[in-house]
Amino acid sequence: MAYKNFILVCGGTGCESSRSDEIYKGLIREAEALGVSHDVQVVKTGCFGFCEKGPIVKVLPSESFYVEVKPEDAHDIIAEQVIKGREVTRLLYRKDRKSDITKLEDIGFYQKQFRIVLRNCGVINPESIDEYIARDGYRALEKALFEMTPEEVIAELKASGLRGRGGAGFPTGMKWEAARKAPGDVKYIVCNADEGDPGAYMDRSTIEGDPHSVLEGMVIAARAVGANFGYIYIRAEYPLAIERLKIAIQQAKEYGLLGKDILGSGFDFDIEIRLGAGAFVCGEETALLQSIEGKRGMPRPKPPFPAIKGLWGKPTVINNVETLANVPVVLIRGAKWFSSIGTDKSKGTKVFALTGKINNSGLIEVPMGTTLREIIFDIGGGIRNGKKFKGVQTGGPSGGIIVEKDLDTPISYESLTALGSMMGSGGMIVMDEDDCVVDVSKFYMAFCVDESCGKCAPCRIGTKQMYGLLDKISKGQGEEADLVKLEEIGRAMTKASLCMLGGSAANPTLSTLRHFRDEYLEHIRDKKCRAGKCKSLVVYEIDPTKCIGCGLCARRCPVPCITGEKKKPHVIDASKCLKCGECFAACKFGAVVKR
Amino acid sequence: MIAGDIEFSGELQSYIDEWSKKEGGLVMMLHRIQNEFGYVPRAAAEKLSLVSGIPLAKIYGVITFYHFFKTTKPGKHKISVCMGTACYLKGGQELLGETRSILSIEPDEVTDDGLFSVDEVRCLGCCGLAPVIMIDNEVYGKLTKEQLPDIIAKYRAR
Repeated sequence: MAYKNFILVCGGTGCESSRSDEIYKGLIREAEALGVSHDVQVVKTGCFGFCEKGPIVKVLPSESFYVEVKPEDAHDIIAEQVIKGREVTRLLYRKDRKSDITKLEDIGFYQKQFRIVLRNCGVINPESIDEYIARDGYRALEKALFEMTPEEVIAELKASGLRGRGGAGFPTGMKWEAARKAPGDVKYIVCNADEGDPGAYMDRSTIEGDPHSVLEGMVIAARAVGANFGYIYIRAEYPLAIERLKIAIQQAKEYGLLGKDILGSGFDFDIEIRLGAGAFVCGEETALLQSIEGKRGMPRPKPPFPAIKGLWGKPTVINNVETLANVPVVLIRGAKWFSSIGTDKSKGTKVFALTGKINNSGLIEVPMGTTLREIIFDIGGGIRNGKKFKGVQTGGPSGGIIVEKDLDTPISYESLTALGSMMGSGGMIVMDEDDCVVDVSKFYMAFCVDESCGKCAPCRIGTKQMYGLLDKISKGQGEEADLVKLEEIGRAMTKASLCMLGGSAANPTLSTLRHFRDEYLEHIRDKKCRAGKCKSLVVYEIDPTKCIGCGLCARRCPVPCITGEKKKPHVIDASKCLKCGECFAACKFGAVVKR
Repeated sequence: MIAGDIEFSGELQSYIDEWSKKEGGLVMMLHRIQNEFGYVPRAAAEKLSLVSGIPLAKIYGVITFYHFFKTTKPGKHKISVCMGTACYLKGGQELLGETRSILSIEPDEVTDDGLFSVDEVRCLGCCGLAPVIMIDNEVYGKLTKEQLPDIIAKYRAR
C-alpha cells in the first residue's frame, strides 16, 4: 500500500540528545491513535546537518521543514498535516522571529551545499540495507566485481582525482595501486574512523547516517587491492555509530555483500570493528596500526609506508571514512563527472563541521573551491549576536587560524596549507572578537601536550615548552623574547617531529603570531587581554555613570569585594577581586566593565 | 587484592576466551572489562594476564597510554564536561569549574557518597549544542551554569 506522507526524523547524536527519539516514537503512537498509520511512514534518518535548529523533522511530499521540534508536537504534525493536509506553520523554519517562513530550497544553509558523501544522510533509514540499495547502493560494488578489473577500478579512482579526506590529501588511487603492487598474499583494508579533532564530527555523522556507504567503499577497496580482511577503527566515544555499523555489517553479510564468495564472484572479504580508546595520536596511520595490534598507539617513521608494510607487516590501505564514502559514487557516476567538481588539484566535495560563534552550526558539504566567506556568511549565516568576525580555525589542533583578508580564498588542500593552516579532517571553528588568540593557542597546545605520545623528543618537549611560554604570556608575565622562542621551538617541532601530531602542533600558535602579533604584544607590554579571556589580566570596574546602586553585584560577589551605599555608585576593590565575573554577569545596566 | 579475588561474569570470561586467541585483542578485552566494572581493577588486569598470557607490564603499558581506561573506580554517575573547541569557546571551562565546585571535588576524585565523578572529555560531537555536558548517557546542551544545580540534583535522587 502506498503511503500518503513520509515523515523523516533526524536520528543523529545531536538531535537524539534533544529527544528526537521521543518525537519518533510519539509520531508512530499518534498515527496509530488517530487511525492513520497506513497513511504515513515514519523514518528515523541520519543527520540533516542543520544541528543548530535540531531536532529536525521533515515531511514529504510537501517538503515541510520543521525545526526545534518537541515531543509534544507529534500530535499536531499527525493531526494537522497527515489528516488535514495543513502544515504546522509554527514549527516551520524562519531565519529569525520576524522573518517569513522560508521554503527548504531557499534556506541559505542548504543553498550552496552539494552532497556526495552525505547523499543519503537525512534521506534514508541508516538501519535498513534495503533503503540504501534502493538509492543505488552496492551497485558500484557489483560493477567493481563483474564489469571492471581491479586495475580498472584503480585507474578510475586515479582519474577521478579523489584525495584522502583525513587531512593529508594523498591521492587515493595511488595508495591503492601501491598496496596492490606490494608483494604478499595477505593484505588489509583499514577504515580510519578515529575522529579525534575537538570540534569535528563529520565521520561520525556519515557513519550514523549512511553506514553502508562506508562498507561498500571498503569492499571495493579490498577488491582493488586484493585484500580479504578489513578493520574499522572507531572511537569508543561514538556508541551510536558503532551500533549502526554493527547492524550494517550484519545486514551486508545476510545479503551476501560481505563474507565468503561475495555475490557469487568468488571474492571473500570480511570486516571487524576495533575500538579506539581515547588517544588522539591514533588518528595517525602508523599509530592506528599499532593500536589495532593491541599495543600502545605510537607512530613509527615512514617509509616504509603502510601500503607496503602495514598491519602485522603486511601491505595495508588506510582510508578515512569520508574518502571511502566517496568511492561508490566515483564508480557509478564515473571519474569524469567526479573530476568536474572542485578545483584544479582538489576534486569533489568536502564535509565540514561548522561550529563556534556562528549562527548556523552544523554539518555541511560543499564543492572544493567554495570560499570560506561563502561557508561562514552564506551557509553559516554569519556571526552570532552581531559580533565581529575574528578568524576561522580549520584542521583542529593541527591547523592554523585564517583571518578576514583571506576569506575569499577558494578552499583546496594547497590553498589552506599556503595560508598556514590545513584542510585537516574538516573541523571549522569560527571565532569572534570575544575570543583571545593567546587563550585559543594555549588551549590547543594543552591538547597537544596531553595527546603527545612521548616517543620523539621534539614533540614531547616542544609542546610542553610552548605551553609554558603561552601560559606565562596569558598571565601577563611574558617577555617579548618569548615570542621569538615560540617561533623557534615551533619551527623545530614542525621539521623534526616523527609524525604530523608534533609536525603540526605549532600551527595554531605560529599562525596567530603572524596575524595577531599585536595582541600577543598587548598581553606582554600592556598586560591587557582585549577579549577579556585571560583571567589574570582582566580587571573588573564599575562605571559610576551607569551604576544605579541596586546592590545586585555586591550580593552576588563571593568575596565580597564590592561596596557602596544604596542608590549610589558601587566600587570594586581590585586587590581582593577573584575575577570570577559574577558581577559582570549580574549587572543589568552594563555598569560593570572589563578592562 | 590478588587475581583470585575477582569474579568475571560468564559473558566476560567467554569474551576473553574468544579475543585472547585473536591477534591484537588486548585493547578490546580491556574495553570489555571496563564495561563490566566501570574501570579496570588491578585484580582484573592480573587475572587477564594469567588467562591470556600477556605480561602484566604490557597490559599496564596499554591501560595507562589510553585516556579511556580508568584505574580507579568512578562515581555512580559519571559527569563528562565537553572540552571540545566549540564547547571551550562557548564556556565549557566555566561549566567544568562550576560542576566541580557544586560537588566540591578535584580532578580524579569521587564525591564522598560515591555518587559523582567529573571528567573533562574531548569532543562529544554535539558541537551544534555547545556547551555540552553528559551525565551517564544523557546529553545536556546549550547549558548555562545556572542550570547545573537542578540537573545534578535530579541524579542525586536517583
